[in-house]
Amino acid sequence: MLCATSRLLAARTATALPAQPRGRGPGARCRRRELHFPGHPEVPLGEFLAGRLARSSVSASRRAILRRGRMPPAVGGGPAGSELRPRRGRCGPQVTRAVGPDVAAQPAARSPKRPARGSRRFEAAGRWALLALVTLLSFATRFHRLDEPPHICWDETHFGKMGSYYINRTFFFDVHPPLGKMLIGLAGYLSGYDGTFLFQKPGDKYEHHNYMGMRGFCAFLGSLLVPFAYLTVLELSRSLPAALLSAALLTFDTGCLTLSQYILLDPILMFFIMAAMLSMVKYNSCADRPFSAPWWFWLSLTGINLAGALGVKFVGLFIILQVGWNTISDLWHLFGDLSLSVVTVGKHLTARVLCLIVLPLTLYTATYAVHFMVLNKSGPGDGFFSSAFQARLSGNNLHNASIPEHLAYGSVITVKNLRMAIGYLHSHRHLYPEGIGARQQQVTTYLHKDYNNLWIIKKHNTNADPLDPSFPVEFVRHGDIIRLEHKETSRNLHSHYHEAPLTRKHYQVTGYGINGTGDSNDFWRIEVVNRKFGNRIKVLRSRIRLIHLVTGCVLGSSGKVLPKWGWEQLEVTCTPYLKETLNSIWNVEDHINPKLPNISLDVLQPTFPEILLESHMVMIRGNNGLKPKDNEFTSKPWHWPINYQGLRFSGINDTDFRVYLLGNPVVWWLNLLSIVLYILLGSIIAVAVQRGAHLPAEVEGLSQVLLQGGGQLLLGWMLHYFPFFLMGRILYFHHYFPAMLFSSMLTGILWDTILQLCAWSLASPFLARGMYAAGLLSLLLGTAYREKTGMF
Amino acid sequence: MKPAGRCSPRETGNAWKRSGGRPGPLRSLQRRGPPQARCSFVRCEKERPAKTSGAQGKMTPQGGNGGSWGILQDPLLYAMLGFLERPVVVTADINLNVVALTAVGLLSRLWQLAYPRAVVFDEVYYGQYISFYMKRIFFLDGSGPPFGHMLLALGGYLGGFDGNFLWNRIGAEYSSNVPVWSLRLLPALTGALLVPMAYQILLELGFSHCAATGAALLILIENALITQARLMLLESVLIFFNLLAVLSYLKFANSQKQRPFSLRWWFWLTLTGMACSCAVGVKYVGVFTYLLVLAVAGVHAWHLIGDRTLSHVRVLCHLLARAAALLVVPALMYLSFFYVHLTLLCRSGPHDQIMSSAFQASLEGGLARITQGQPLEVAYGSQVTLKNVFGKPVPCWLHSHQSTYPMIYENGRGSSHQQQVTCYPFKDVNNWWIVKDPGRHPLVVSSPPRPVRHGDVVQLVHGMTTRFLNTHDVAAPLSPHSQEVSCYVDYNISMPSQNLWRLDIVNRESDTEVWKTILSEVRLVHVNTSAVLKLSGAHLPDWGFRQLEVVGEKLSRGYHESMVWNVEEHRYGKSQEQKERELELHSPAQMDVSRNLSFMARFLELQWRMLTVKSDDSEHKYSSSPLDWVTLDTSIAYWLHPRTSAQIHLLGNVVIWASAGLATAVYALLFFWYLLRRRRCIRDLPEDCWLRWVLAGALCAGGWAVNYLPFFLMEKTLFLYHYLPALTFQILLLPVVLQHVADHLCRSPLLRSVFGSLVVAWYSCACHVFNTLRPLTYGDKSLSPGELRALRWKDSWDILIRKY
Repeated sequence: MLCATSRLLAARTATALPAQPRGRGPGARCRRRELHFPGHPEVPLGEFLAGRLARSSVSASRRAILRRGRMPPAVGGGPAGSELRPRRGRCGPQVTRAVGPDVAAQPAARSPKRPARGSRRFEAAGRWALLALVTLLSFATRFHRLDEPPHICWDETHFGKMGSYYINRTFFFDVHPPLGKMLIGLAGYLSGYDGTFLFQKPGDKYEHHNYMGMRGFCAFLGSLLVPFAYLTVLELSRSLPAALLSAALLTFDTGCLTLSQYILLDPILMFFIMAAMLSMVKYNSCADRPFSAPWWFWLSLTGINLAGALGVKFVGLFIILQVGWNTISDLWHLFGDLSLSVVTVGKHLTARVLCLIVLPLTLYTATYAVHFMVLNKSGPGDGFFSSAFQARLSGNNLHNASIPEHLAYGSVITVKNLRMAIGYLHSHRHLYPEGIGARQQQVTTYLHKDYNNLWIIKKHNTNADPLDPSFPVEFVRHGDIIRLEHKETSRNLHSHYHEAPLTRKHYQVTGYGINGTGDSNDFWRIEVVNRKFGNRIKVLRSRIRLIHLVTGCVLGSSGKVLPKWGWEQLEVTCTPYLKETLNSIWNVEDHINPKLPNISLDVLQPTFPEILLESHMVMIRGNNGLKPKDNEFTSKPWHWPINYQGLRFSGINDTDFRVYLLGNPVVWWLNLLSIVLYILLGSIIAVAVQRGAHLPAEVEGLSQVLLQGGGQLLLGWMLHYFPFFLMGRILYFHHYFPAMLFSSMLTGILWDTILQLCAWSLASPFLARGMYAAGLLSLLLGTAYREKTGMF
Repeated sequence: MKPAGRCSPRETGNAWKRSGGRPGPLRSLQRRGPPQARCSFVRCEKERPAKTSGAQGKMTPQGGNGGSWGILQDPLLYAMLGFLERPVVVTADINLNVVALTAVGLLSRLWQLAYPRAVVFDEVYYGQYISFYMKRIFFLDGSGPPFGHMLLALGGYLGGFDGNFLWNRIGAEYSSNVPVWSLRLLPALTGALLVPMAYQILLELGFSHCAATGAALLILIENALITQARLMLLESVLIFFNLLAVLSYLKFANSQKQRPFSLRWWFWLTLTGMACSCAVGVKYVGVFTYLLVLAVAGVHAWHLIGDRTLSHVRVLCHLLARAAALLVVPALMYLSFFYVHLTLLCRSGPHDQIMSSAFQASLEGGLARITQGQPLEVAYGSQVTLKNVFGKPVPCWLHSHQSTYPMIYENGRGSSHQQQVTCYPFKDVNNWWIVKDPGRHPLVVSSPPRPVRHGDVVQLVHGMTTRFLNTHDVAAPLSPHSQEVSCYVDYNISMPSQNLWRLDIVNRESDTEVWKTILSEVRLVHVNTSAVLKLSGAHLPDWGFRQLEVVGEKLSRGYHESMVWNVEEHRYGKSQEQKERELELHSPAQMDVSRNLSFMARFLELQWRMLTVKSDDSEHKYSSSPLDWVTLDTSIAYWLHPRTSAQIHLLGNVVIWASAGLATAVYALLFFWYLLRRRRCIRDLPEDCWLRWVLAGALCAGGWAVNYLPFFLMEKTLFLYHYLPALTFQILLLPVVLQHVADHLCRSPLLRSVFGSLVVAWYSCACHVFNTLRPLTYGDKSLSPGELRALRWKDSWDILIRKY
């Protein structure tokens, strides 16, 4: 290893060439450029020439003119024609065209130590061996003692349960898109798990249930992260030591290790993120051969992985942004290349739209289609969705429902808010606490089906039982004045001039009265939206509004979560502002009336786009609902990079097997330091270039890698980290891990560059090589050392 | 006629470059006459010094030709010593356009300023703060930094307002002691100055006098801006500072080309920083404009770095000057606002409770009166009250009383049935605790007092019941994962007392720090179970008298303020006997020394509380969402005359809003069109025009975007007036787009004259709308219900119509 490194180093320092087409020795460059200039008269200004002329000996004023038209120092590709892949040019198209056949000849001319063909083959084999080693090591660490602890750890209780739901085909609701859980379910199904384990709470023993398939699947994806990081860094920096360093950081990071070993969404998410990143980088390398088979392959693979990342968690959006940014700058580059016709650019654009927008969207939608197809039984998630949606689920009382169609007095009904994820009008035997309006019975909305959601429609002026068979059936009509009596507690829906518990200026809604006898504040006018007065009111289809007769306000739900005293159900208020919002529109869902004939309603079957839209709305609302409470310690984004505090996976009791998610401090603090150093070094180089400093060829090659490859990784880190500062929802430590992957890769590139720079600045080649190797080794050993102590 | 023939791109680029990164010849486009009348590029360059608009005095001599100063030839020195050679002559160019515009601006904003003599809309909100300033009572307003409030209060001070007015209702008549005119003067003045400033900005951006006048006239007849400026509100002040920052930056950037490091250059540079910090000081949203200016300055500085005609040292000087003026000066000014604020407000008031004890003690009256003269160091035997630092949901003190925890809770769990320990939000004799040394018996302070230090183990004895603060492995009443905290009652049921607490001073400087009254923030860690005394934030049920629950947090995951307590009242206990001690506790503490917090500590605390104080996000009848603003789908009723239907209503000039929105879209489309074509090396615009077009867009369209888009992410209640800063920038973009269309897209003179007449027609249309809505803007004319109904052009406009 050591000798391989030093040989590589020698080759690299010799062949690290500037990225620009003029990649020749500094002396040759000027002459060559002057020769080139008249050769391209069709490009009078623009960055093509500006970039070239800027560093030549043209007079200062002339230079100033030319630099004016220059874009920010954008340069294609990394160092050209590295030895590692001599036949595949890595530069932008015009670059290749300009240089043409010289590329292959360059290294030979420049490096006296260039290895012979045989040794190149040997090196290729070595590269594969290294990759295999990295992969093996990663798998070994991840699969080591995978079956321990044999009980539920942390969020396994959720995701394992959801995997079981897929196997049992019961409908459930979760704030994340379905792909990840579907894969978990599939893995469980294939490995012979029958979906009977309840996954009730962390700490429950698995006993005879087969959980290894699901854990193994997650660990498999988690292990692949390391080779992916290795390949990405290799592609970006063309430096084996950098790639090895990144891989070592990830292999020996205890946090990544722990997170990969359990039935969680994170390994799946990180797998797709890293796969998307890798295929994007690979595809960038193919840019010189557009529309070739590998080009299409990597491009569409990028799209597929994007769909995967988004399909597991919405955090996948960040990698989409990164790929999007890369694509836009790529297209911008192509567009500015005057040798390409507009039609060609159009083709490029179409290819990207197809592979990066249409393809992922199709796949993403397809996962939902599968999701809805698989989950066709009624389950715990029903209440989150609209009545029409529930009618699809077998076992739900709305499935093939036959209920009376028109509302009549005496009917027992449930009333559901039309706004998604608000739920049913609900009341229960608990009073509003003192100091919050009148101390009367609480009225809330509740997402789950429950006996307390039942209400009886009564006339406002008589208390006679309308179900008495001696009375004729009387239908409720639009504009009628009614009372709603809560079936379980016999209290009337009531409102009055007291402020609502959470929303200021709204009125409080309570349950009032004894055995159905209340006062005039219990009277509500029932109205159907967009209907004429006197019409009957239909179940499910009529959109109704309840207007309080005395105060004139409208019954609505604010969608805010009540504190503990309200069991964290949602607040119901009476709004004096008659704004047209869905919050104040309701529909009748269940309807029981023995006096009326049941009619089989072919309920409006929602179309697939409607279902898709609805489930997204519900997920977004669910995500927004995850708010931290006061007086509760929550993890803050700034805690994460400094490894401030971990997450307890398992082991509440003293006797238990304890698992604690915490990063390897050496790795994490090194990463943190590297980001600071990177920004410092990057800006120094950028300013130096902008000031027109002449960088030696070696340094220029290194700085290209640093600015280009490192820049992409830094962007990835920022995109996966900073948005969390803006999020209002409750955050956990494990949210940082995608960002941590990027910062580890950045660390690899940065330290490799720094060491090479140091080695280059030392006069003696022997000393330089020694120092480089020593630095790398110490970094590698440092990470590995801590790992031993940190594992369990 | 393609203007490209005027000056070749290469030349202009060159000139631009040498000038250090600002758009090329400023007024080369100002004439749109026949081609021969256009001035050449060279003439423009020569003319410029004489063309400085506005009424500024200018020093002669104009030493040397601009831009080629060596580092040693200090221009300032040169200018100062100039009078030895030549007489000092002050020449003033007075631009009558500006004077006229200022005059109409003042007229439109100041006319009948004291009418209506009643509280209008948010005056009710700002007014109470003015009263606090007048009475010098401390307050806390989470909505913005204090500079804006102070400016309004300055008006009150100059008008001799004594602060005696009850700001409780919109529409309440002002009493005679309220100087309405002078209170409203400052916003009105700033609102009026927007008009000439708009003119100046367009001029500095390099557009014609015609376009500049157009911009000023549009600002002049924008109803919403007038309404907002004529009242005691802060939006127009904010917009003023926003525009001032942009204007002075432009002036600075233009003088950069001629004479860097001249007096004028320094003046505008510093003014930019000052205006930015004033904008931030008025409202936090001012920070968006600040960031925009910083971004533009950053781009210019980056070009400057790339300018190789400048020496390294000179570039460094440029960068340092910018950093000092745009970063350091604003920060210092921001601090100074708070300094003045805290100096002015020295008395305690209704908002004290939110602040820490130390902060409260620094105010006159209130807590300071109580804590004045307390002994500083807590000793064994001290009697103290312990306040929770977090103070949410309400600030409260550690408390205990005779009642015990119920044997069985409602949900069937059992308790220890020992004496309750709670947190109580009112001062009470039951809040007193005695710090006791576990190894010694006496409950009084020895002489000399033995101070308690960090790490010491203490017992806390409840003053009135003489029971020990205790916690044990029993689930707390409402937070079953935490331990119950009680005052130990010995029932002889093999439940020993566990009443030792280790003192952990959080903000200690050394490990032997003494526990100090008010200043020390301490955690009390239970010795047996290492649980930490914590306020859980839950209200106990009836049996606990709805006081707040206190628990021992076993899994103390990190630091949280709800676990931290400080001593607020403190005195040395004198009597050993229970009876005497009860008497002692009932009488107030006394003694005298005073302590003060440093300014920085007070600033940091105040700033932090202002940012974290929860604004009650109440829905308002007139609240709206950002999407409604662009289309003016919302309005706000400000005031209604108590008898007639005269009213003030915040409504925009529909024509201006619509066309400003359209102009933004046109600008964006054109910009991307040009950008794409430039990328393919097709240059539709000459270089200088392009740069001017980009800069105008960056400032005006960018100003609109940064002042508008962030509102989509904000969770507070939003109103139409939040859009006004963005709108102002959008209005500035209108003439930019119009002139561009006239100059570059209308190719024939015929088209151009048709376009010109269309513009005139459009402007008179806007004037007509202004005039129609004028009664609602000034509220001076009572309209009949029919007329009002006719004015209700959109259903969502909620114009108040009286029913007779």
